[in-house]
Amino acid sequence: MTDQALSAGQQALAERKQRIRAGLGRRHMTENLFRFFGIAAIVAALGFVAILFIDVLSKGIPAFVQTNLRLEVTFDPEVLDIEPAPALQEGQSQADYRAARLAWERQVAMLNWNRIIEEALRRAAPAGFEIDSRQILSIPETDARHVVRALFVANPDLLGQTVPVDLVASANTDNWVKGSINRDLGDTQQQLSAPARALIDHFETEGVITSGFAWGLFTNVDSRSAPASAGLAGAFMGSFYMMLIVIVLAVPIGVGSAIYLEEFAPKSRFTDLIEVNINNLAAVPSIVFGLLGAAVFINYFKLPLSAPLAGGLVLTLMTLPTIIIATRAALQGVSPSLRQAALGMGASKTQMVFHHVLPVTFPSILTATIIGVAQAIGETAPLLLIGMNAFVASVPATPLDQATALPVQIYLWQANENRNFFEARTSAAIIVLLAFMITLNAIAIFLRSRLERRA
Amino acid sequence: MNAYIIAALLIVLLGVAYQTGWSKSRSLVTADGARVHSRPQYHAALVAVWALVPTLLILALYGYFSSGFTRAYVVSQLPPDVVTGLDQNGLNALVARVRAIASGYGVAGEVQPYENSAGFALRQFQTIAFMVVIAAAAGTGILALLYARARITPRLRARNRVERIVNLVLLACSAVAILTTVGIVASLVTEAFRFFTFVNPLDFFFGTVWAPRFSSTGAGNAGQFGLLPLLSGTFLIAIIAMATAVPIGLMTAIYLSQYAPRSLRAVVKPVIEILAGIPTIVYGFFALVTVGPFLRDLGASIGLSISATSALTAGVVMGIMIIPFISSLSDDILNQVPRSLRDGAYGLGATQSETIRQVLLPAALPGIVGAFLLAVSRAIGETMIVVLAAGNSPVLRGNPLEPVSTITVSIVNQLTGDTDFTGPQSLVGFALGLTLFVMTLVLNIVALYIVRRFREQYE
Repeated sequence: MTDQALSAGQQALAERKQRIRAGLGRRHMTENLFRFFGIAAIVAALGFVAILFIDVLSKGIPAFVQTNLRLEVTFDPEVLDIEPAPALQEGQSQADYRAARLAWERQVAMLNWNRIIEEALRRAAPAGFEIDSRQILSIPETDARHVVRALFVANPDLLGQTVPVDLVASANTDNWVKGSINRDLGDTQQQLSAPARALIDHFETEGVITSGFAWGLFTNVDSRSAPASAGLAGAFMGSFYMMLIVIVLAVPIGVGSAIYLEEFAPKSRFTDLIEVNINNLAAVPSIVFGLLGAAVFINYFKLPLSAPLAGGLVLTLMTLPTIIIATRAALQGVSPSLRQAALGMGASKTQMVFHHVLPVTFPSILTATIIGVAQAIGETAPLLLIGMNAFVASVPATPLDQATALPVQIYLWQANENRNFFEARTSAAIIVLLAFMITLNAIAIFLRSRLERRA
Repeated sequence: MNAYIIAALLIVLLGVAYQTGWSKSRSLVTADGARVHSRPQYHAALVAVWALVPTLLILALYGYFSSGFTRAYVVSQLPPDVVTGLDQNGLNALVARVRAIASGYGVAGEVQPYENSAGFALRQFQTIAFMVVIAAAAGTGILALLYARARITPRLRARNRVERIVNLVLLACSAVAILTTVGIVASLVTEAFRFFTFVNPLDFFFGTVWAPRFSSTGAGNAGQFGLLPLLSGTFLIAIIAMATAVPIGLMTAIYLSQYAPRSLRAVVKPVIEILAGIPTIVYGFFALVTVGPFLRDLGASIGLSISATSALTAGVVMGIMIIPFISSLSDDILNQVPRSLRDGAYGLGATQSETIRQVLLPAALPGIVGAFLLAVSRAIGETMIVVLAAGNSPVLRGNPLEPVSTITVSIVNQLTGDTDFTGPQSLVGFALGLTLFVMTLVLNIVALYIVRRFREQYE
C-alpha cells in the first residue's frame, strides 16, 4: 500500500464522481425533456377539445339569430279572387266535406300569393325604387307565400284587410345582413342582385328587417326550397322516438342479460362463449349493425324504411353490450358480505339478487344506461343504411312514420350547396345535438352523486 | 278505442288475478294455521302469470290474423262479378274503400251501393269479431285464473315456480346478444355469398380497381369490385390516426398516472374523455370545414399540395377521436404494473423517466400493444369521419396527401337508400361488411387475449 496507489485510487474515484456528475446532468435533462413531452401531450389533447368546441360554437351561434322581415301585407280582393270557404252542411259526410274543403284550399293555393308579398315589399321600399319582381322576391324566403296563405286559410275574413306579418328573410338575405358573404365581391359572385342588396340595406335602416332568435330552428321541419326556414323539429322527434325505443328495450334486456350471466348462469363453455361474444359485440363497428338492420329488419321483417322503429331497434342492439358490460361490472362490485347476509337470512338466490344486490347497483346501472343512450343518439352510420337519410318534411307522429335523426340531419345539411348559410346551420344543429348529449350526461352525473350519497 | 279496451281488460285481469291469488293464499294461513310454503305475493304473481299468458296469446293471434280475416270477409260480401273484374291492386283499393266506409269516416266521391252494404256489413262483422275475441280472451283468462286459484295449497311451491319463470325470462334476455351475433354473421355471410355468385371472390379480394357501375346502366357490365384500393385507404388512414393518437395518448397516460398531482388528474382526465363522447359526425364536420382547409393552407405555405379532403385530414381527426381511448386504456394498464417493480428501479437510483421507459413500459408492453390493437380496430370501422373528410377517391395509391376511400365509405355509398338487394352493386356492401367484421373481430380477439394474458401475469 503506497501513497501512489492510494492517490491512483482517489483519482479513479474522483473520475468516477466526475463521470457520474456529468451523466447526472444528462439524465436530468432527459428527465425534464420527458416531463415536457408529457405536458405537451396533455396540452395538445386539451387544446383539441378547446379548438373543437370553440370552432363549433363560433360557427354555430350566429345561426341562432335569424333575419326577419316585418311587412304590412294587404289581402287585396282583386288579386285574391276566390269564393268563401265551404262549411259543413247538414247531412254531408265528413269525407265529402273534407273533399270540398281540400278543393277550396287547392284553389287558394293557385292564387298569386307572390304578388301579395311583392306589393307589400314594394310599399315598404322607397317610392320609385327600381327593381324587378324576381329580384325583390329573392329577399324573403320562398316559403313566405305559404306563411301568408296559411294565415288566410286559417282566417278567410282577412280578405281586404292589411295586417303586419312576420316573415323569414331568405338565406341569401341572411348572409348579406350578417356579413357571412364577402360584401366586397363583384356582382357576378354575389347571390343577390345589386338592387336587392341596396333594398336590403334600406330595409335594415328602416327597421323592416330585424334580427330575432331563430325559433324556427326548433319548431320547423327540414326544408329544401326554403333553407332559412329549415328546422330540426322532425329530426329531434325522430331522435326522441329512437331514444325511447332504446330505453324501453335495451335497459330491461341488457340488465336482465347481465343478471343472468353474472348471477344465475352455470359456469360452462356456453356461458364463456356468450361472454366472449358480448365483448366482441361491443367492438363491432357501428356500420355493421346498419348492415344487420338493412338485411334483417328492413329486408326480412319488412319494417318501414326510414322509420324510427327500425333505427331504434338497430341502436338497441348496439347499446346492449355497453349496458350488459357495465351492469356486470356493477354486480361484480357488490361486496360478498351483502350476498352472504341475505342468503344467511334464508333468502332465495332470486330474492337475494332482486331485493339486495340490484338496489345497491342501481346508481351505476342508471349512469351506464344514460351514457349508452347518449352514445346511441349520436350515432349516424347505421341509420344511413336503413334509409333515415331520406328527406322528410314532416314531424313524425308515431315511430312508424318516416323521420330523420339529429346526427343524420347534420349529415344532410353539411352537404347543402349554400355553404355560406349552411355551415352556420349545421354548426347550430351540432350545438343542439351536443347540448342534448351533455344534458343527458349531466343528468347521469347528478343522479349518480345523489344516489351514491344516499346508498 | 279498441286499444284502450284491450289495455283495460289486461289491467283489470292482472289486478283481479293478483288480488285473488293474494287473498286465497292469505286465507290459508288464517283458516287452519298451516305453514304455507310461499309468501302471498308469489302465489299472487303465479296466478297473474297463469291468467295473463293465455289472454295475451289469444290477443296476439287476433292481432296477427285479423286483417286477413276482415279482408276475406269483405271480399265475400262484394258481388262476385265485381271481384272477378278487378286485378290485385284494384281489389286492394276497393277493400280499402270499404274499410274507410266501415270506419265511419266515409270516402269522397260517388259510393256504389254494394260498397255501402259491404261497409255496413264489415262494420257489424268487426264489432262482433272484436267482442267475440275480447270475450274469448277474458273468458280464457278467467278460466286460467280459476284453475290457478284452485291449485293454491299450503304446499304449492309458488316461489320456486315464479323464480323459474324469472330465470327463463333472464335467459331469454341474454339470448338476445347471441341472436344479434348470429343475425350479423348470417346476414353478412348469406348476402356476401349472393354477391360472390356475381363476382369471383378472387377478383374481389385481389382486384386493384374499384369501379362499381350504377345498376341502371344495364346488367351486362356490373363494373369492377376490387378490394385493394379500399383496403389501402383504410390502412393508410388507420396508420395516420395511430401516428397522431399514440404519442399524445400514451404520453398523456404516462404523465397523468406517474407525474400529475391528484387534483390535476381529476380535472384533465374527464376533459380528455369528452373527446370520446362526441359523435363522429361532429368530427367529420370539423375535419371537413376546419382541419381540411387548415392543412391545405399549411401545405400551400410550405409548398406542398395537400387536398382539403385527404387521408391526412381524416387520419388526423380520427387520431384526435381515439386519443382518450388510448390514454384511458394505457392508464389502466400502467396502474396494473406492480409497485414493487417501480420501487426497485427507484432504489437502484433510476430517475422517474428512466423507471418509466426502462421498467414500467417494457413490463406493460403487452397490455399497451393490446390497447393499440383495439384502437386500430376502432379506426378501421370508423365511418362518418372518412365519409366526410377522406375525399372518396377509391384509387390504389400510397400518398396520404391525396383523397382516398375506405371500406366503410364504400359500404355507405353502395347501400345508402338502397334496400333492394338484387344486384352486385348493393350486395357488395355485405361483402365489404363481412371483410370489415372479420378484420375487427380478429383484431379484437387478439387484443383481448393479449390484455388478458397481461393481467394474469401480474395477478
